[in-house]
Amino acid sequence: MNNLAEIIAACKDLAFDLDFKRAKQWKEEKANRVVVGYLPIYFPREVIHAVGGLPVAIFGGGDRKQIIKGDAYYQSYICHIPRSVIELVLDKHTAHFDGYIFPSICDVIRNLSGIFKQQNIGKFVKYMDFPQNFLPQVGGVFLQQEMQHVVDYITEISGEKLTTEKLNHSISLYNTNRRLIEFIYDIREKYPWRLSIEDVYHIIRAGTVIPVEEHNEILEKVCAFIDQEIGKPQDKIKVVISGAFCEQPAIGLIRAIEEAGCYVVDDDYQLGSRMIIGDIDDKTDNPLEALSNAYIKQSQYSSSIYDISNPKEYRLAKIVEKRKADGVIFASASFCDPSLLDAPIFQNAFDRMGIRYIAFQYSENINQFKVIKEQVGAFSDSIKLWEDEPMTVND
Amino acid sequence: MSQEAIKERSMILQKEMVEGLFNDLANAKELGKKVCYTFVPGNLSELIRTFDLLPVYPEINALQSAMRKKSAGYIKEAEKNAHSEDVCTYVKCDVGMLMKGNIGPTGQKIPEPDILLLSYTGCFTFMKWFETLKREYPNAKVIMIHTPYQENAKMTPQMIEYMVKQFKEEVIPQMEAVSGIKYDENKLKKILEYSKEAEDWITKIFDTTKHRPSPIDAYFAGVYYIGPINIGFRGTPEAVEYYKELYNEIQERIKLGLGPITPEGEMKEEKYRLVVEGPPNWTNFREFWKIFYDMGAVIVASSYTKVGGVYDLGWRHDPSRPLETLSEYCMNCYTNLNIPQRISLLTKCIEDYQADGYITNSIKSCNSFSAGQLAMMREIEDKLEVPVGFIESDLVDPRYFSYSNIKNRLESYFQMLAQRKTMEKTEA
Repeated sequence: MNNLAEIIAACKDLAFDLDFKRAKQWKEEKANRVVVGYLPIYFPREVIHAVGGLPVAIFGGGDRKQIIKGDAYYQSYICHIPRSVIELVLDKHTAHFDGYIFPSICDVIRNLSGIFKQQNIGKFVKYMDFPQNFLPQVGGVFLQQEMQHVVDYITEISGEKLTTEKLNHSISLYNTNRRLIEFIYDIREKYPWRLSIEDVYHIIRAGTVIPVEEHNEILEKVCAFIDQEIGKPQDKIKVVISGAFCEQPAIGLIRAIEEAGCYVVDDDYQLGSRMIIGDIDDKTDNPLEALSNAYIKQSQYSSSIYDISNPKEYRLAKIVEKRKADGVIFASASFCDPSLLDAPIFQNAFDRMGIRYIAFQYSENINQFKVIKEQVGAFSDSIKLWEDEPMTVND
Repeated sequence: MSQEAIKERSMILQKEMVEGLFNDLANAKELGKKVCYTFVPGNLSELIRTFDLLPVYPEINALQSAMRKKSAGYIKEAEKNAHSEDVCTYVKCDVGMLMKGNIGPTGQKIPEPDILLLSYTGCFTFMKWFETLKREYPNAKVIMIHTPYQENAKMTPQMIEYMVKQFKEEVIPQMEAVSGIKYDENKLKKILEYSKEAEDWITKIFDTTKHRPSPIDAYFAGVYYIGPINIGFRGTPEAVEYYKELYNEIQERIKLGLGPITPEGEMKEEKYRLVVEGPPNWTNFREFWKIFYDMGAVIVASSYTKVGGVYDLGWRHDPSRPLETLSEYCMNCYTNLNIPQRISLLTKCIEDYQADGYITNSIKSCNSFSAGQLAMMREIEDKLEVPVGFIESDLVDPRYFSYSNIKNRLESYFQMLAQRKTMEKTEA
């Protein structure tokens, strides 16, 4: 992989490999290796890595997996991702996975963990109950206990014990990973034509299914390429995408938004990879505490986190301001409670703040975007015609 | 449908309790009372009483609005204001009611909250709901208690400790600050004594469906029976009196060999005994019930009546460990149980109450219940070889109640049950 096109092509293959072949190969390279699947939004992958595990993100089957069995598990008015996850599992795409982690996102993913338990899928199933209490001595301690459960499950299979050194090392690797991803977004803020959002998506998603060491190498190369001027600027507005943090839009939709006249300068497509803002202490005597403090104090806003002391509308507005975006596109998966229940909060606040937005819904398996493309195109045109100054946020 | 419902003394007692609460709420300012909005699952009625707060239950207001045919307008109002068609209709009904002046089910205005007590139990939407209300009531204090999910079908000491710490470090100090009343643990213990007694009675009441004919309907009438224990009266002598009275009335029915009371009088013949999973539809509650009693179907147990607490398996509030017991209570509500626990509880109900069938009423906008129901149904069918039925409706959005669809499905289901009974008789 010596040029950007090759890197992107490789990432594209990895990102949508529904058989998770790299994870299988990694597991076969050495005895007692453990592959752990985790669902969106976020899981501190460092703890899996530190005990010899490979965390692998499960984003569902998207528009590449026909759903037959999964529909027998879910009513039509439930979002699409749980049925495609079930389909992947029942069709043995994840047969080499040892365990599954279901972070506390919403009732659907929570109850999906129960179906996995009921059907004895994997060697362990962990519902990861992230605290909604943000005192380090209360919610923080609980989160450490939750992470320890995961460590115990993996250790039981791999025999590898958690040590301070190992966890600090893993934290350090993921710090690098997040820094490099952030570098890409910072470059795109100023020079979004250098790398399309579709390519960014593939590059980041590839990192969720391969070892972090390999992903860091890829990211370093990508960063070096885009640090130089490549591509040509186009007359597009800058937008931030919000609401697509769990069930992922089809890649065609991600592409269509840029094609319709918008540079996406920030998004929450794969929020988990960027959930923690900044570095986590990697030279500590208590790295579990460092991870939990990072979640409590350095998390990005999320529709799954209780936000009363730090309202999400102002946090999103700050992102819009920082990225000098012209507006926001609220993209919610159909029937996604967290995203849709947040919609009025964001939209009412943005009406007051004068931030322009549009909203639409999608489903991971839908790959016809004509109407959305027209909507986005009209949004882009209207902003270009208004020619307003970028907004400022006063909270 | 025009017939007046027959009222027993217990019904009158309940009516007086509820009216008293709404009167107090309407006069909260004059009475110098602070108001606490909270939810039914994981409702901390005892703690609310300890601080002399008046409780408001937004989802009860929503279902009452639906029964009074007002929810459609409220939902429309919320949808005009960016609320999606596809989310919890309780939330939209509540938001719409607020936008229309917050007039409660008794026609009186519901006061603004001083506290939004978010005992986040078994339903993710509760959190989003109060995030929304906080923006509407900026002066209210949101007090959150995060209830861990029973992911491994147990309440571990770590989970209890986490909740107790939240009570001690956040919930109680914040309630003291807003109410101006100091936490009195002895007062809480006394209240908890009444809770325990009320829970004993309600368990006995729901256990009477073991009789044939069942003297009560544990779903359609059950939702009324759980009223006092779930809307702030658990922990009061009035609730204990209500449940004693109700129990005595039911005993009388058993002696007389009578079936359940329906809105059109006594159910004459018990043909089918069913267990129902999922909340009822509230917009067409009577029509919905009528389909069942017209067919001689009685519900002998339901998951919905356990939404505000599961007492069947012996758990009770324990006054000697007040904060620990409140923690356990929250964790032990039905929607905070994992899917295998729910299956096991429903299986027990089908067996204990000798049900002929199992029905899922899948609610479009309630993922806490609905996600997983199909897998649960199949598991129960395989395990017990009991006929299962599946219908769909919604909580308070009348657009999703299709009378003819539901009736057709249920009629087919009852035909299947009838055939099965005939075959069983023939084989015997």
